[in-house]
Amino acid sequence: MEKKTLLLGNEAVARGLFEAGASFVSAYPGTPSTEITEAAAKYDEIYCEWAPNEKVAFEAAFGASLGGARSFCAMKHVGLNVAADPLYTASYIGVNGGMVCAVADDPGMHSSQNEQDSRHHAIASKTPMLEPSDSSECLSFAKLAFELSEKYDSPFLLRLSTRVSHSRSLVALSPREERQLKEYKKDVMKNVMMPAMAKGAHVRVEQRTKALTEWADTEAVKLGVNTVEYFDRKLGVISAGTSYTYAREALGEKASFLKLGMVNPLPVELIKEFAKNVERLVVIEELDPIIENHCKAIGVRVEGKSIFSPLGEFSQATIKKALLGEEPDALAFPDEIPPRPPVLCAGCPHRGLYYALRGLHLYVSGDIGCYTLGAQAPLSMMDSCVCMGASVSALHGFNTARGEAQAAKSVAVIGDSTFIHSGITGLIDIAYNKGISTVIVLDNSITGMTGHQNNPANGLTIRNDPTVAVNLEALAHAIGINSVRVVDPFNVAETKQVIKEELAKKEPSLIISRRPCALLKKVKHEKPLVVNTEKCVGCKACLSVGCPALSQTAAGGKTRALIDENQCVGCGICTAACKFGAIEKGGEQ
Amino acid sequence: METKNILIVGVGGQGTLLASKLMGKYFTEEGYDVKVSEVHGMSQRGGSVVTYVRFGSKVFSSVIEKGEADIILSFEQLESARWLPYLKKGGVLITGTQRIDPMPVIMGRAEYPENIIEKLCKNDIKVIPVDALNLALKAGSAKCANVVLLGAAVRFLGIDRESFSKIIETSVPSKTVEMNLRAFAYGYSAE
Repeated sequence: MEKKTLLLGNEAVARGLFEAGASFVSAYPGTPSTEITEAAAKYDEIYCEWAPNEKVAFEAAFGASLGGARSFCAMKHVGLNVAADPLYTASYIGVNGGMVCAVADDPGMHSSQNEQDSRHHAIASKTPMLEPSDSSECLSFAKLAFELSEKYDSPFLLRLSTRVSHSRSLVALSPREERQLKEYKKDVMKNVMMPAMAKGAHVRVEQRTKALTEWADTEAVKLGVNTVEYFDRKLGVISAGTSYTYAREALGEKASFLKLGMVNPLPVELIKEFAKNVERLVVIEELDPIIENHCKAIGVRVEGKSIFSPLGEFSQATIKKALLGEEPDALAFPDEIPPRPPVLCAGCPHRGLYYALRGLHLYVSGDIGCYTLGAQAPLSMMDSCVCMGASVSALHGFNTARGEAQAAKSVAVIGDSTFIHSGITGLIDIAYNKGISTVIVLDNSITGMTGHQNNPANGLTIRNDPTVAVNLEALAHAIGINSVRVVDPFNVAETKQVIKEELAKKEPSLIISRRPCALLKKVKHEKPLVVNTEKCVGCKACLSVGCPALSQTAAGGKTRALIDENQCVGCGICTAACKFGAIEKGGEQ
Repeated sequence: METKNILIVGVGGQGTLLASKLMGKYFTEEGYDVKVSEVHGMSQRGGSVVTYVRFGSKVFSSVIEKGEADIILSFEQLESARWLPYLKKGGVLITGTQRIDPMPVIMGRAEYPENIIEKLCKNDIKVIPVDALNLALKAGSAKCANVVLLGAAVRFLGIDRESFSKIIETSVPSKTVEMNLRAFAYGYSAE
């Protein structure tokens, strides 16, 4: 039997790039896409980098393609919004070396701010899109995408989802096919998009879509990209990606299946033929009715969103319930079970900053990262959060609309990596337009939420090689922010004082709250703190810092604070909350 | 062979990912079709986390639904209660006895249920409580509580102890091999 390896979907995509001879990868981290680039960086043959944002990553990969290399970029679904500008026109220009962009959707929003369906971008930008359903297809579709990209002169999208990206399944590995750089020839008509050239390019794009539709009807079937399995013909199911695996699990051989590996453009004749051969036809797809609407547009009668929700993730249970009317007779626990939402870790520097903001009654314009967790109780220290970088620009709008007095009681909070991603332009907006807003960069010297990736502000490349680091202080000065302060968020009192001073100034300020993430290996922790039960009065004030290591106990008849020594790293932020000095340094262990 | 389903649940940061990775590796080497589904990102930060391990002759879906798990390996009591509906009747629940209060309980906005293990035992399932945290501390670090629980699971799955030890040896950092093997042995012989 062929030896197979258990790989994460994301690792399998990286393996596909490697085997296809890709030599350039650029990405910005984003759950659930991050591990593709991390895995690719383990292959010495591939140049890999973290880019400041997805637009830069896409454009860098596009440039590498023009330069003749097989190139790749990866991002989460909302990252493709940032990269949409180059995507839509790269689609007109096409490629030299093959170019593939992976985009990972997050149905169910395990780690995202919305649930958008990236197939809309494929359709709108007229870019072909493949969608694997497991790790084996992640590898083979990534390779196929490069081949088709060169054959049809188009960048290709590879659509993933949380379940495909973060599931491990078996793949067969092949060796890398080393590829020579393609020759670069100056071609203004093809590569420079001005109206005169773009008009011709659009004609080519429409022709390409027609040709690829034909490919989806014919070659895709021969290659096993679009597949038909006939079992019971009373029910026919059209699906793609992870929805197919759920349907196959739930229905077994009680239905026939048309599985679509290419989701843009969609086949026409193949669907019509399948529809003829089954009695009832149902489209099973997570999120939006893309396949369903296509079927209806080509005159095929299907059911879809009349049975299945546009919300969240599906599973075999969703399908069993909807199509077979089966529901499990599940065991039940008798008591109500409290939820367990994610929290800032014990020793997280963001906690100190948020605790310093307490009592100042500020409007806090928030951003995307671990620190978004500060919006939840008990810290409850955020008023808005929309997308990467928006904290800064939205604060400017908020303060400008409401006047100078508002600026004295508002701040933006944004992480170091998010600031580099797209906070800088907002800060320029403030400085250039004579705003007086106060922006706080929570600099923990890592991209935290996505699992610790280096970034342009921490002085290390994706392979941990030392490099230049963006000097945030100098950057602020260079764009016209004169008041720049650096604080240590573990020093809650001083941090609070500096925030007050900066808010009082009639000029824009940047405060850098600087301390590395508590989970970084290089960070040395203090001994766990202990509660002096003589001094503790059980007032629960310390619980307001929202630390997972702190709880209370009624053991011994009196309610007292309790510190979990397995979690506490001795950061001391809770000592700022205790008026009785009851939280003390731990002794020798 | 019909697909077997193992649900691994716990609190973000407890090491559920390593447990599922090792299981996945083992069943792959045994020649099964395997799917393991993990959760990364935000829920890792102290939230309720779940990992699905499925193996058999052909596995389609990578997730496990209510009433489908043959075994639940739980790292924390409250999580055992939360995920109980996913266990088949007659299934096995191996649960760490550690209690970690979630933020709503810390804040006094919700109550941590009392006598969870007793209540779990009232169902038509086999419950195996394991003091994984203390056994892990005995082995050398609280961090290897995940491997203690794996030890208990390996015994109740009837998996060959030696072959699984080899998976551990080749998968954890070389500095921690001895400690993890100790933790595995404690879990395997836990009553």
